[in-house]
Amino acid sequence: MIKVGLIGAGKMGLSHYAILGARDDVQIAAVCDSAGYVTSALRKYTGVSTFSNHRNMLEGANLDAVVVSTPSSTHFAIASDALTRGLHVFVEKPLCLDPNESAQLAKHAVSSGRANQVGYHNRFIGTFREARRLVRTGALGEVYHISGSAFGQVVVRPKASSTWRSRKSEGGGCLHDYASHVIDLMNFVVGSPERVLSAQLRRVYSRDVEDAVYAMLQYPGGVSGQLETNWSDDSFRKMTTTLSIYGTKGKVVADRQECRVYLHPGAEFERYASGWTIRNITDLQPAVAFYLRGEEYTAQLDAFLDLVNGKSTESENTFASASVTDRTIGDIAAAA
Amino acid sequence: MQRLLFGDNQFFGVNHMSEEKARSQAMRFRDATSILRVLDCAYDSGIKVFMCTTHDRVGEVADHVRANLARYAEFEFYPCMPYAHKYANSVGEVGMVETIRRFAPGGILETLLRGAVSAATQDVEKLMQLLVDAEMKRFTGLRTPIIFLQNVVTDLLLGLKLEFLFSAFARHVRTKYGAEAGFITMNLPRLVEALERAGISMPIICANVNKIGFRMCGGIEAYKRVIASGRCRTIAMSIFASGAIAPAEAIEWVCALEGLQSIVFGASSSANIQQSKALIDRAWSLMAGA
Repeated sequence: MIKVGLIGAGKMGLSHYAILGARDDVQIAAVCDSAGYVTSALRKYTGVSTFSNHRNMLEGANLDAVVVSTPSSTHFAIASDALTRGLHVFVEKPLCLDPNESAQLAKHAVSSGRANQVGYHNRFIGTFREARRLVRTGALGEVYHISGSAFGQVVVRPKASSTWRSRKSEGGGCLHDYASHVIDLMNFVVGSPERVLSAQLRRVYSRDVEDAVYAMLQYPGGVSGQLETNWSDDSFRKMTTTLSIYGTKGKVVADRQECRVYLHPGAEFERYASGWTIRNITDLQPAVAFYLRGEEYTAQLDAFLDLVNGKSTESENTFASASVTDRTIGDIAAAA
Repeated sequence: MQRLLFGDNQFFGVNHMSEEKARSQAMRFRDATSILRVLDCAYDSGIKVFMCTTHDRVGEVADHVRANLARYAEFEFYPCMPYAHKYANSVGEVGMVETIRRFAPGGILETLLRGAVSAATQDVEKLMQLLVDAEMKRFTGLRTPIIFLQNVVTDLLLGLKLEFLFSAFARHVRTKYGAEAGFITMNLPRLVEALERAGISMPIICANVNKIGFRMCGGIEAYKRVIASGRCRTIAMSIFASGAIAPAEAIEWVCALEGLQSIVFGASSSANIQQSKALIDRAWSLMAGA
């Protein structure tokens, strides 16, 4: 039985709670949140031990691992404390707001020898994994351009009240929220950029943070990259992320539902004929034992627990990997 | 419970196969009139139930039906709540307490909260009732014999093991609306056990049921067993797995399942409605004759 403590019981924290709660080999041993109305309700209805301070929880509960879903500005302190106590740590994305802290945390994680993972769940979506495979196997030839985008409706009007997502100091804004996912996914497929050529952070409705991020990136070998994210686009029902990768033999356009591949005549590859081949999530996504909001949320926690259990040594979204993403986020902020 | 139900994903830009298709459907069904045109086709072909989310535009459809009760004498709504993105987007935007304030009917939350926030919100059951009532307002005066909990909420509660809320929901919709509770899920075998523990016998459950096992957590064999067991009344959704299975093949497989009660499907055109209905009717009559 793996004893897990949850730190942060907001939207993502409760989602992780439910997914872990559905596993027979996990015991949710404690929950920590600063909002008393959440912890008291959970304590009353599930009987779980609750804490309002993560240090008290790390001290008082006998844990193997923690899942941290608090505002990004708190990740460094909480993850450091958990690693120091010898726990395995899963942290929501982005890892840290300060790339130097991310790098420090990544080092700490490696030296601790504990499982460490960040919640970039898109890496567990079958269509994006297939896009990556096609790049890595050379099916697209020499890759020369990648573009990534994400659109959705998080902030669609000027507003009076606010949450941490609308405060820059706590990790709010489209750059850390939406763009981080896309940057990380681009890293997953083609590796990390060596330079941010230009960037724009645009406000649409928010007062303190940007609502859209546009950037030109340069990858090793002269590969160009383009990033476009906007969380104030209410023509999208929910967050919609798309990657397009261009190579000398063809291109691939991938989103959560489809992997659309176009190969030049003579560039057939495995089951992909020349011209268009469209493969869907129904065929590319491995099944999970419990579904909530998307297979990827379960798959990422399964991968984390496999590391904790010692069932696997193949880690995805390590702190080191997420710290590379944080470096690019920092470079975009600096270039804007 | 009716055997053939009309779903609404196609009206609200939900397509699990293609973002592009979802977008073009959202453009096509941009107002209630365009939705009603397709709904009328379904109704006139003999499908009397509209199983729908509590999307704002469904409110307009409800208004239309209410204003033309003679035309829609047998029309039934099976509301599915909540329209989760409305809440999820709001939680991201203004936080949880503000979201509750925004969607619970005017000022009632304030009354509840007066004094201590932490103590009052512990009464999760009362809060659930308020949110259900807010969602049900738009169906006043219409037939809603079954009221569903959407899968994002059902499966969240399932994972959190808050099973008492399943029975609280069932109790509330029965006493206040004279309706049966239904539960949408992606985890059918596990849910049946949880609902039985919650004291709900022969629950109405709507789940993905398709030949390729798409989003059937627990596996296709476990689904077949539980559907055939008679422990629940199952409505199959996503029978075409968003288009991954050809219609005739998909329908033949689903209709041959032992113990399956109903099928919900969506379609955007009169021709597709008629085709699917004819295939299902035929497959079921063959089954009955066998």
